[in-house]
Amino acid sequence: MSEPVIKCESVYKIFGENAETMLKEANGNVDAKTFQENGCIVGVNNASFEVSKGEMLVVMGLSGSGKSTLLRCISRLTDATGGKIFIEGQDLLNLNNKELIDLRRNKMGMVFQSFALLPHKTVVENIAFPLQIKGINTEDSINKAMDMVKLVGLDGRENYFPRELSGGQQQRVGIARSLAVEPDIWFLDEPFSALDPLIRKEMQDEFLRLQEKLQKTIMFITHDFDEALKLADRIAIMKDGIIEQLDTPANIVLNPATEYVRKFTEEVPREKVLLIEDVMDSTTTEDIGDLKVSKDEIIENVAEKILTQEKTVAVIDNNNDIVGSINPTKIINTVFGGRKTNN
Amino acid sequence: MELFKKYPKLFQWIFLLIVFFALCFAIDVPETYKFIRGQAEFVKDPNQSTFVFLGKEVRYYAFDVFWRLPPLLGWLPIWINDSLFFLMNDWMPMEFWNEDTQEYKTRPLVLQITRNLTAFMTFLIELIREILLGGLETIVAFTSWDWIDANPWAELPGLPWTIVAAGSAILAYKLGGRGLAIFAGLAMTYISIFGQWKPSMQTLSFILVAAPLSFIFGLSLGIAAFKSKRVEKALYPILLVMQTMPQYAVLVPALVLFGVGDHAAVIITMIVAVPPMILLTLLGLRAVPPEVIEAGRMSGCNNWQLMFKVLIPTARRDILIGVNQVIMVCFSMAVISAFIGAKGLGFNLLLALNQLNIGLALEAGLCISLIAILLDKMSLAWANKQVDYFGNLNFFQRNKNSLFFGIIMIVGIALAYFGSIYFKDGYNYLFEVPHNKGISTADFWNKGVDWIFDTFFVYIKAFNTWLIVEVLQPMRALYLRMPAIATIVLVVGAGYLIGGTRSALVVCGLTLFIALSPWWDRALVTTYMATFGVIVSCIIGFTVGTLCFQNKHSTKFMLNVCDIFQTFPSFVYLIPVMMLFGITDTSVLIAVIVYATIPATRYTIEGLRSVPSGLHDAATMSGVTKFQRLFKIEFPLAFPHMMLGLNQTIVFALFMVIIGAFIGTEDLGQYILKALSDKKGAGIGLTLGICVAFIGLIFDNLIRTWVDKRKKHLGID
Repeated sequence: MSEPVIKCESVYKIFGENAETMLKEANGNVDAKTFQENGCIVGVNNASFEVSKGEMLVVMGLSGSGKSTLLRCISRLTDATGGKIFIEGQDLLNLNNKELIDLRRNKMGMVFQSFALLPHKTVVENIAFPLQIKGINTEDSINKAMDMVKLVGLDGRENYFPRELSGGQQQRVGIARSLAVEPDIWFLDEPFSALDPLIRKEMQDEFLRLQEKLQKTIMFITHDFDEALKLADRIAIMKDGIIEQLDTPANIVLNPATEYVRKFTEEVPREKVLLIEDVMDSTTTEDIGDLKVSKDEIIENVAEKILTQEKTVAVIDNNNDIVGSINPTKIINTVFGGRKTNN
Repeated sequence: MELFKKYPKLFQWIFLLIVFFALCFAIDVPETYKFIRGQAEFVKDPNQSTFVFLGKEVRYYAFDVFWRLPPLLGWLPIWINDSLFFLMNDWMPMEFWNEDTQEYKTRPLVLQITRNLTAFMTFLIELIREILLGGLETIVAFTSWDWIDANPWAELPGLPWTIVAAGSAILAYKLGGRGLAIFAGLAMTYISIFGQWKPSMQTLSFILVAAPLSFIFGLSLGIAAFKSKRVEKALYPILLVMQTMPQYAVLVPALVLFGVGDHAAVIITMIVAVPPMILLTLLGLRAVPPEVIEAGRMSGCNNWQLMFKVLIPTARRDILIGVNQVIMVCFSMAVISAFIGAKGLGFNLLLALNQLNIGLALEAGLCISLIAILLDKMSLAWANKQVDYFGNLNFFQRNKNSLFFGIIMIVGIALAYFGSIYFKDGYNYLFEVPHNKGISTADFWNKGVDWIFDTFFVYIKAFNTWLIVEVLQPMRALYLRMPAIATIVLVVGAGYLIGGTRSALVVCGLTLFIALSPWWDRALVTTYMATFGVIVSCIIGFTVGTLCFQNKHSTKFMLNVCDIFQTFPSFVYLIPVMMLFGITDTSVLIAVIVYATIPATRYTIEGLRSVPSGLHDAATMSGVTKFQRLFKIEFPLAFPHMMLGLNQTIVFALFMVIIGAFIGTEDLGQYILKALSDKKGAGIGLTLGICVAFIGLIFDNLIRTWVDKRKKHLGID
């Protein structure tokens, strides 16, 4: 496997005057409470993870959990207090200002919760902004920006000002702007949180469509667990600056590592999240029925078919080879079993 | 005892007041003290005592340690004076090339710098003035007088008034639409027809030089303060003092440094106009959402690009509001600068007031007011105007205003040419209406004033006498009985009760400065006049504001009235009061009351308006009557904001009291006025100005601290 695009090694971010000395003294054992008593606030506590090329890592946490701070450390909008961050092998914290600006101009794009559009520029000018900052001339940058306008489906509105657009449309502009320089790494800081639920769903689908096409390396921040499940390749759940669990959506739902994570997973409709692959037996029994289901199906879509069978159902992969089997009782157990009961 | 525990603050205040009054009664005014009317510090007076500080003789009036502290700061004005003179005349003499005599000459560095600066300013002012009015100086600056004599055609012709009037209407149309355009056109035409064209254009050219320069300096300093905490900390006290310093007092040192005339006035205007620009730049830049800054950074902006492509355009509105402030300050300074010889409307006004020609003064005042409103409305319209997209318009649509102005230019020049043939008597009315050839209403107004005097003299006189004898004199006597020690105890105690030790120390320092200066008694008189004005203004403003708030239309109307009145330079207010009450303290006080009522009313209305509508609805649903709602909900919540209004009222009142010296008062302002005409007055003028600023700052500190606490307590912003 090739080198990870983003690699963090015990990253710390601590706010406060003598944060650095305190971090050194703590010797890798940071306790938020003792720090707070000394006037420091721990934003990110010992975060280590890797994101490989084309992967979407969703960082999920409630407000104040340090997820935005983590993202800002990795985009170096704020300097991490301790630890190492590598972007495509480059040591991020050792870059000088010029190298950092180069990196941002060519490799990174970011989308913000409050859209952060420039109020004095039109849609197309906003999108062309990072290109013009790079030094590309007006005509080329506008042409390129017009492509982006089409990509996010805003054609016809390119000469509108942000104030004349709805929230969803504004965020489309934000997305287009972050993609204008064709970055490899895409940071999204709660991009859909400020939108209405219906628009949010629409934008999520749109986002998945884009990612299918573009295959960027993505760090996506959200406070919405359902959104995380829907989008993520892997999810990191944060609490008080600590990454509580980092795993695939299925594993998080099936095996929550801590009590905190379990609370999130309780209410999740598993049949909508889990794939057949996640719950099947990889052994095949003799007693197998005629029905075959693909391992990539979401349980919900095939549950009715499986549950009306009496025998175990065969699971196939893309090549129609049988890779496992699933018993109807397994489906029932997955969907209804193992939950905390109300009595 | 239980009461005491329930209201500890109340008892602390009562205790403080008891101590204060006890001190006041215990300490008598010393027998030797005399309050001599109009006595200036520069004249030797046998009643004065002296002490020597650093080889300088400092004169002061007798003191009694308890009643009035020894004037330990008496050396300060003398020291400032001497340092200024030393800087100007002796410090760092250097060789400079002299263009006129073609040789090197030895001159002190500072003198050379200030002379070059004034020469540059003079050039700028003349340039703009001659574009508007015509003249020779600009061409002379590039050539020589001999060359001009040889080439008599070389003269800037000046713009005909028709072009300027139409041009301002077009600009107004572009900024604010049709209504503003009509107002601009009418105002300019009025000014021209009534023969005020020349002084108006002189004033305008003054602003056209001072405002852009102030803008540039203010913006750069604001950016510097935004970028570096250290710069901000260094600027902060200066900004604070400049906010409460009477504009009038800054004029005095300008005389020494830059001499008399428009150039000195422009430079000093910049000193006054830059602080609000800095504040608003800072405010605007701070208000840019952090995510927008991050978006700029992530787009790969370097610091320069971030500032000029992201921060400043996003903070556009606040910065343009700053421009509005700069223009208004420049305008009011342009009027006051008449005292140091700046030409224009202010000069005419001053002259007319000196001659007690109320009619002429009214005409000049009206022009000043019209231009003030016009400038204010236009710059505000600019600030509130949204950026528009022009890419999809064709050439004519995009440039229609410039094209239209081009046509106006041609028509205007043609008209002026036509006029030069048509009007044979030497005055081309289509080019410029001369000062004495316009329609004048001065006689009418003068007759009106005479009529008012003839008809109402008895009543006005009676009112005047009653006010002076029954109210003002007793009040003044009471204030003069305030011993320095007692006042310090009161102020420091109040500071401690409101804001703790820090606040107490700050106000103690400010009060001590005034107490240790040689003008304690004058400061008391200033305070007495200001207090009287503030009390009456607050009563009026509070009542009017509350009444107007009951109805949406009257609220809007009243705010508009406040807007308009606030744009008038303070000096203008002296005209009508002198018209009615002549040259008495009453005139000054009435001017103070009128002027200071504006912020009192405005803040009352704004305070009441800031009460959240949700609370309003909640109160209505609990079934309160109108009065209950007003007293139980609206007043308590609006009160902090109203107190900020009180703060502004005090500053406005102080400004007016100081300017009132022109009519003849006997407070600090009178000394500042005297210092203006004294060549050694710089130090005195500056020190006096600081004293006045400190009076304002004492109240400012106390009120602000209280408001902040109260707002935090109530949980509003």
